[in-house]
Amino acid sequence: MAAAVKVVLIFAALLTVFALMTWAERRLLAFMQFRLGPNRAGPLGILQPAADGIKLFFKEEVVPAAANRWVFLAAPVVSVATAVLAIGVLPYGPPFTLFGRQWQLQIADLGVGVLYIFAVTSLGVYGPVLAGWSSNSKYTLLGGLRSSAQMFSYELALGLSWVGVIMLAGSFRIGDIVDHQAGGFWCWNAVVQLPAFIVYFVAATAEVSRIPFDLPEGETELVAGFHTEYSSMKFAMFQMAEYLNMITVAVLGTDLFLGGWHSGLPFLPSSGIWGFGWFAAKVGLVLFAFIWLRGTLPRFRYDQLMGFGWKVLIPVAVLNILATAAAVVLFGL
Amino acid sequence: MIDAILFYVFAALALGSALVVIGQRHAIYSAFALIVTLCSLSAIYGLLGSPFIAVLQLVVYAGAIMVLFLFVIMLLNVGREEREGGERSGLKIAAGILTGVLLLQAGAVLLQAVVAPAPGFDASTHKMAQDLFSPRYLYAFEATSILILASIVGAVALAKKDL
Repeated sequence: MAAAVKVVLIFAALLTVFALMTWAERRLLAFMQFRLGPNRAGPLGILQPAADGIKLFFKEEVVPAAANRWVFLAAPVVSVATAVLAIGVLPYGPPFTLFGRQWQLQIADLGVGVLYIFAVTSLGVYGPVLAGWSSNSKYTLLGGLRSSAQMFSYELALGLSWVGVIMLAGSFRIGDIVDHQAGGFWCWNAVVQLPAFIVYFVAATAEVSRIPFDLPEGETELVAGFHTEYSSMKFAMFQMAEYLNMITVAVLGTDLFLGGWHSGLPFLPSSGIWGFGWFAAKVGLVLFAFIWLRGTLPRFRYDQLMGFGWKVLIPVAVLNILATAAAVVLFGL
Repeated sequence: MIDAILFYVFAALALGSALVVIGQRHAIYSAFALIVTLCSLSAIYGLLGSPFIAVLQLVVYAGAIMVLFLFVIMLLNVGREEREGGERSGLKIAAGILTGVLLLQAGAVLLQAVVAPAPGFDASTHKMAQDLFSPRYLYAFEATSILILASIVGAVALAKKDL
């Protein structure tokens, strides 16, 4: 029963954040480019996501004649399903007491939490790949192939960046990793494991295909990449998957590297409502960084992307693992 | 109760999709069905109380190996497999006999099997790591990793024209 309530609550909260993100992203990007962005629907344009949703609902559903119909219809569902699966094991705040019971805003507290996230993100590649192949168009196929190669390459760096953090905490449980960073901001993994944090942030940006790593969409070359042929709500589902993945990556980054709900300064409280405040602020900061990057950077060339992933990020992550392992053995951290 | 229902659902899914893998003539559908099989197996591992194995099954097979399979199938644009002409009755009889032997073996195992968790069953990550790096399995484990490393180096050497 409690689990069902948590599922509904967390899912509703994430969908709200997703809707607000689509608006916030357009407004912030506009400000960075000396424009105003959508500001007509509601105060400050905050009802823009609702207007977009209504528009997308009433658009015509197009399935290309030469497309593989069932795979074409399944692809957006797979995309959203894999994105939603990952949110189930993340903790969204400190444990708190309500109605005389101990609660934790987390659906399933898995002992292999970090590995589970890794498994689910590795399944996330199937959405774009199925979409790209089933649309039967060269742009979508190229987008799908790029997507699979890119996600596959950066997943390695992403997974390796977590190893040092796991070794320090001695646990795969995300809650344990957060608790290991209690104290001050100098205990955060973003400080202790700085190379891993940088690798994580870069690989995560690539994993969610955001600029400068949005090669699978690359509109200058591929129209819109793997979702060129999608319209109406099916297109919206790809967008939703992308934003949900972004939120997952931001929450995971906060939990693993930015100290979760800990305030970072010993004299500031980090329990109860304070913890939720710190947590939301950190996640918001990471999400803002994604938008900021999009407003700042151009896109990678494909060979640069692959070279950077394999020849820079992975060696850095491996060296970090070796150094951390040596430190753990020598100093018994 | 709910565990039993889930087990039968995933077992049926695994068997059904496995049949599709070998029955399907379109390579890409076989690959899709294999992904479903691997995910169902992972769910069964989870139900049996081994989350670590369940997650590794997804990471290694469904997440990594099958993506490469799909990548190659799409890149080569493999179409429908053509039906080969001519009856090869000898092979068919041999296949039938071998299937019969396999079914007999499986039946014999199932009849003798004791359906209960082994005493002291503990599939936690901690216990698994201790077992894996205990003197009993350490040599085999390290030998396997060196073997895999050698095959990676070999693959790079074969694929690269000038190093």
